Amino acid sequence: MGLFENLKSGLQKTRGVLNTPIEDIFSGRKIDDDTLEELEEALIKADVGVKASMEIVEHLRENASRLKDFSSVKEFIKAEMAGLLGAPSPLVAFGEPPFVILTIGVNGVGKTTTIGKIASKFASEGLRVVLAASDTFRAAAIEQLGIWAERAGVELVKHQSGSDPAAVAFDAMEAAKARGADVVIVDTAGRLHTKDNLMEELKKISRVITRSMPEAPQEVLLVLDATTGQNALRQAEIFSKAVGVTGIALTKLDGTAKGGIVFAIRRELGIPVRLIGVGEAVDDLQEFRPEEFVHALFD
Amino acid sequence: MFSSLSDRLESILKKLKGRGFLKEEDIDAAMKEVRIALLEADVNFKVVKGFISGIKERAIDSEVLESLTPGQQVVKIVLSELTKLLGGESGKIKLAANPPTIIMLTGLQGSGKTTTAAKIAAAFKKDGRRPMMVAADLQRPAAIQQLITLGEQTGIPVHYSMDSKDPVAVCSEAVSISKKDGRDILILDTAGRLHVDEELMGQLRSVKDAVSPHEVLFVADAMTGQDAVNSATAFNEQIGIDGVVLTKMDGDARGGAALSIRSVTGKPIKYMGTGEKIEMLEQFHPDRVANRILGMGDVMSLIEKAEESFDAEEALSLQDKMTGGGFTFEDLRDQLKKIRSMGSLESLLGMIPGMSKQLKGAQVDDRELIKVEAIINSMTPRERASAKLLNGSRKRRIALGSGTTPADVNRLIKQHKQMKKMMKTFQKKGKMPQMPFPGM
Repeated sequence: MGLFENLKSGLQKTRGVLNTPIEDIFSGRKIDDDTLEELEEALIKADVGVKASMEIVEHLRENASRLKDFSSVKEFIKAEMAGLLGAPSPLVAFGEPPFVILTIGVNGVGKTTTIGKIASKFASEGLRVVLAASDTFRAAAIEQLGIWAERAGVELVKHQSGSDPAAVAFDAMEAAKARGADVVIVDTAGRLHTKDNLMEELKKISRVITRSMPEAPQEVLLVLDATTGQNALRQAEIFSKAVGVTGIALTKLDGTAKGGIVFAIRRELGIPVRLIGVGEAVDDLQEFRPEEFVHALFD
Repeated sequence: MFSSLSDRLESILKKLKGRGFLKEEDIDAAMKEVRIALLEADVNFKVVKGFISGIKERAIDSEVLESLTPGQQVVKIVLSELTKLLGGESGKIKLAANPPTIIMLTGLQGSGKTTTAAKIAAAFKKDGRRPMMVAADLQRPAAIQQLITLGEQTGIPVHYSMDSKDPVAVCSEAVSISKKDGRDILILDTAGRLHVDEELMGQLRSVKDAVSPHEVLFVADAMTGQDAVNSATAFNEQIGIDGVVLTKMDGDARGGAALSIRSVTGKPIKYMGTGEKIEMLEQFHPDRVANRILGMGDVMSLIEKAEESFDAEEALSLQDKMTGGGFTFEDLRDQLKKIRSMGSLESLLGMIPGMSKQLKGAQVDDRELIKVEAIINSMTPRERASAKLLNGSRKRRIALGSGTTPADVNRLIKQHKQMKKMMKTFQKKGKMPQMPFPGM
């Protein structure tokens, strides 16, 4: 089942109640203040944000005269929004191994689960993967990652709960180099971006990785919960400032949340979405395709 | 918490406040800005619509517009509508006539149920109750282990079964065990689930039917966007909830979800989680939070926190010491410990009217307090009693012992001296002095 079908079947359950299909807004009607307001409402409901929504609506208003029928309006909006998201930018291991992925985010977004799924994917491609249990703070986080490592059949480097997360990352790096691993994925404790001391800790983890391998971490993956609202932009901004985010994994898209905040993040910070999570199974972590995402937003 | 929303609303309303004359257009313009501020704070679209029209209806009224202070009146209307939106009075957990009181926590994945379970249990324990937690999350890997660890940290027993696949059985078992063991509060930590997952929602209903909890709480992340109303409504309709717990309120989310959830479910917000530590759970008082959102501070909560940490007798003996000039490093250390037990400095300062704005951007570092404690811990009892003893070599030893520098030690000695001096002035004038808390 492709991403689109998956997303669609997830959304089907609540259709009618929550979705505002573009058809309902524009079919049989012309572009006027009422329909534009309804479109703005639909965008805001999808967490696209007030500013970005108003801009999209304004752009449509400016082009209204040349959009003759319903299908051209629909295509215009879709193209406009897909354009905001840029070209697909999947997560691919590149360069001299090991390819190091530092995984970060606020509490409860699904970092550990996402790592488990990424590890499975790389392992199934025949790559040798090492996981670093650098979330030494949350109770039982190490055990949770351990279960995923076992499921995926990959190696796990861990210390005791409460130990220095940077030391765990460093040991994992050294182990990966010694064993000739292809990929290292570093799990970190969830932290609110407003906690300065925890952000310093994150910088230290990143520095230690770089010390072990100058070009690493090649990927700093920010995990975002699709149910998060406008605060996600702040998260992306501050995490970027601290450790330079290179990509986003958008989780929990199998609910009714649309994750519209990624438009603002792409536009203002230029960070691409690489992966989306649409369910609990391993295959439910999928490559992000902007056009399908926009499609699922409205249809 | 709520800080940027409160900044925005404050500055919008400020424009109205001082005006002696208002036209309908002025209110329209202000409400347009309020609308954007609320939407950017993730308040649900429909809720914003209702809120704005409610205010307009009351504000565009000849009695308001023709009053002597129309701006002031409008601000008052906004405050009262906001309080109404947040739910009028605060909802406490009702204790069952026949113990145990069963509290069932529900919510989406990652909203913070397990941590909240431990926080609520610890709060009841502090009140002299005998809580027990139940690991009913049999989905997430290591969720049981997480609750067991939290149980060890808080000294609260946890009922679990490592190989059961049936949360209904685990919870039913827990109820009979709690009765046998005389546990009067039972907290069920259920697995996170999406409200569109029919199978798991059905399972949650079965748990509820089997144990008939007295309180079903919906745990929600304060950073949730527009979708907050969808999940909250679904849980309320399918499971039936009695209240809401808002978590992660210590971030910089503008907390719009709080307003939305309360408004669409009609269920009170009972608690909010304000930090990672177990004791960082607060009762939710709508009127106080409304005040906080409008930048008016929350002195009531601050006083309550202080009362919890300082008992009257201690306060009296401290007052004697302060005014008598006998305030030692030992006393200072006790004070700091108590202040730290009240919560993070940042959260405390946010409750003081006008403070959140002054402190904007300034990081208040709790570690400064820990540093001061370390320095005092590295002193000998005699040194703690008399600062005069502290010569260069002693200072060096203390700095070495506490992992600080002699300059840090000197700064502390100076601050302590200032405090003593001010307390003397306080005695003379009978006025409360300004405390030079370290790190502020």
